[in-house]
Amino acid sequence: MAETPTQGAPSETFKPIAPRPPPRNAVGPLRWMRENLFSSPLNVILTLIGVYLIWLIVPPFIDWALLSADFTGTSADDCASDGACWVFIGRRFDFFIYGFYPDAERWRVDIMFVMLAAFLVPQFIPGFPAQGRKWLGIFGLTLFPVIAGALLLGGVFGLPFIETGKWGGLMLTLVLSYVGIVAALPIGTLLALGRRSSMPVIRTICVTFIELWRGVPLISVLFMASVMLPLFLPEGVNFDKLLRALIGIVMFQSAYMAEVIRGGLQGIPKGQYEAASALGLGYWRSTALIILPQALKMVIPGIVNTFIALFKDTTLVLIIGLFDILGTVQAAIVDPAWGRVAVEGYVFAAFCFWIFCFGMSRYSQGLERKLHTGHQR
Amino acid sequence: MKRIASALVAGVATIGLTATAAVADETLDAVKERGELVCGVSTGLPGFSNPDEDGNWTGIDVDVCRAVAAAVLGDADAVKFIPLTAKERFTALQSGEIDVLSRNTTWTLTRDSSLGLNFTGTNYYDGQGFLVKKDLGVSSATELDGASVCIQSGTTTELNLADYFRFQGMEYSPVVFDTSDQTVQGFASGRCDVLTSDQSQLYALRTKLDDPDSAMVLPEVISKEPLGPVVRQGDDQWFNIVKWSLFAQINAEELGVTSDNIEEMKGSDNPSIKRLVGTEGDMGEKLGLTADWAANIIAQVGNYGEMFERNVGEDTPLQISRGLNALWTDGGIQYAPPIR
Repeated sequence: MAETPTQGAPSETFKPIAPRPPPRNAVGPLRWMRENLFSSPLNVILTLIGVYLIWLIVPPFIDWALLSADFTGTSADDCASDGACWVFIGRRFDFFIYGFYPDAERWRVDIMFVMLAAFLVPQFIPGFPAQGRKWLGIFGLTLFPVIAGALLLGGVFGLPFIETGKWGGLMLTLVLSYVGIVAALPIGTLLALGRRSSMPVIRTICVTFIELWRGVPLISVLFMASVMLPLFLPEGVNFDKLLRALIGIVMFQSAYMAEVIRGGLQGIPKGQYEAASALGLGYWRSTALIILPQALKMVIPGIVNTFIALFKDTTLVLIIGLFDILGTVQAAIVDPAWGRVAVEGYVFAAFCFWIFCFGMSRYSQGLERKLHTGHQR
Repeated sequence: MKRIASALVAGVATIGLTATAAVADETLDAVKERGELVCGVSTGLPGFSNPDEDGNWTGIDVDVCRAVAAAVLGDADAVKFIPLTAKERFTALQSGEIDVLSRNTTWTLTRDSSLGLNFTGTNYYDGQGFLVKKDLGVSSATELDGASVCIQSGTTTELNLADYFRFQGMEYSPVVFDTSDQTVQGFASGRCDVLTSDQSQLYALRTKLDDPDSAMVLPEVISKEPLGPVVRQGDDQWFNIVKWSLFAQINAEELGVTSDNIEEMKGSDNPSIKRLVGTEGDMGEKLGLTADWAANIIAQVGNYGEMFERNVGEDTPLQISRGLNALWTDGGIQYAPPIR
């Protein structure tokens, strides 16, 4: 209760009393719930259904995946409980990661993984010096594929040669998608520029290439590469199955990439081209210094979207008998020595894919925020 | 322009030359020169060809290739395995990517006559069968009138099943699934009474049930599926080598020669065994191989019985009995011409 000031008591000064706290249901979690979850009868019903679904799905999953799962052991006999049999994943883990790569040489794959992490992880750390990040990125795009290729394939510096038929598992997935990403971006950029070129020959070639590769599904490209191509080649002439698949994937993805980048190029106002010409820049310099940096920045979400799709599309190689991570999982779950382990295997594969795709998505969001400053003047 | 054209011609000529060089040599010489056999297998079929925990290929189809490598190169491990899908398998053989195809491939007239390939024999006599739950109380496939049947789509299994039920004058309702994994899940959850597939696969699928002992494989076999290795047509020497590698294993079982007793058997007086292990006659030479070709197979891979028991036999999770694959002397139909 506020005191009414009485006359004749000048010594008393005005003392505001502290405001009373708002009603309990207007602050904190209660308010949030009232506003967001129970604001209308329809929302109440939806909330209740949602909670019911979560209750139906999450506790049994946690129980299956963690609480009553088997983590330790060596064989199917150690999976006596009702929960997930992670023992199976543990026993087959090396196979899922390295495929058929010889045991003694797996350190080479490990080095590739470490190098990959060494230049990828700093890209996610905001505090890391920008200059270092840039050089690590350049290393990752130029030197790393060469070093990793020499390391994995061998045959140089006294390393035993490991044919690509022995590659498999997560390692093969990463090789396929990394080569696809690193090769598709520059090829796609050139195709996009070519498609907008004023020279009819170049434009026709680029349009034909893009429309041809975009017009066929990736599965048929892979089938052509693995089933039809050997029939066209003279008998006895063969080239590596992985290389065939890689070329198919790169061609296919660069056509998609070209269309994404063309979208960015079309978004650049004509004034930018004219300004570049007015500065006396030729075609290549104006493209490299003025146009492309702006165009690529605009289509980052589209580019990363294509990368994520590419990463997941690499599993299609299992239809031509290459064992990527999903292929190794599928080959392992049919093992009759283990009971029903299909769910564990697929959950593991899905988890691996999720980690990489989620990482790419976060990276692109960070990149967008960082590069957005130019438009916020 | 002229220079480009001549460079192109030179390039094509070089490719052509390397191609003819590779083809001119017979497969045997090519394998010897390479130092390893290239063998096409499946992408994962338990008991036949499947990678184990360490990524090594195991199975009865894999052992066929190892036997050929032991005979030709003296080392059963000198094999490069190429996993192939069902669609790729014949192309890979026709194009020379592989030397032998050993991928649970059914020997049929069409394949033998029109693909430019030759089947060298049968390492496993398979046939389509039925898996039923024991509590259904059925002991023969003729009692399956009105049953719902789980099948995998797009396989010859589907056609065989339709033929069989129509011929028997019985009704059935098909429940079609896309993969073998889904098929067995459908069977386990009671979507159907019966699951049909190749018998060898029924045993593998049965292990994926919660309680494998609750289901049984019916004795009827409704189709013939002789599975065997395949080679390219036109290289008879290679055809003979692959054919006789398997025959040597079958003969070894018949004669009681195993990987354990091969050393003492080399001192045997039995002329058949002497010819097999190469202490008498010039059997290896006739095939273009060394005298100890069969001895190498038996020592490194084992005889047919050992190969069977190790990969699919009673002590493996598949628990397949010899059945048709027993020797002709034991009531089966595995029979090999004599080595003489």
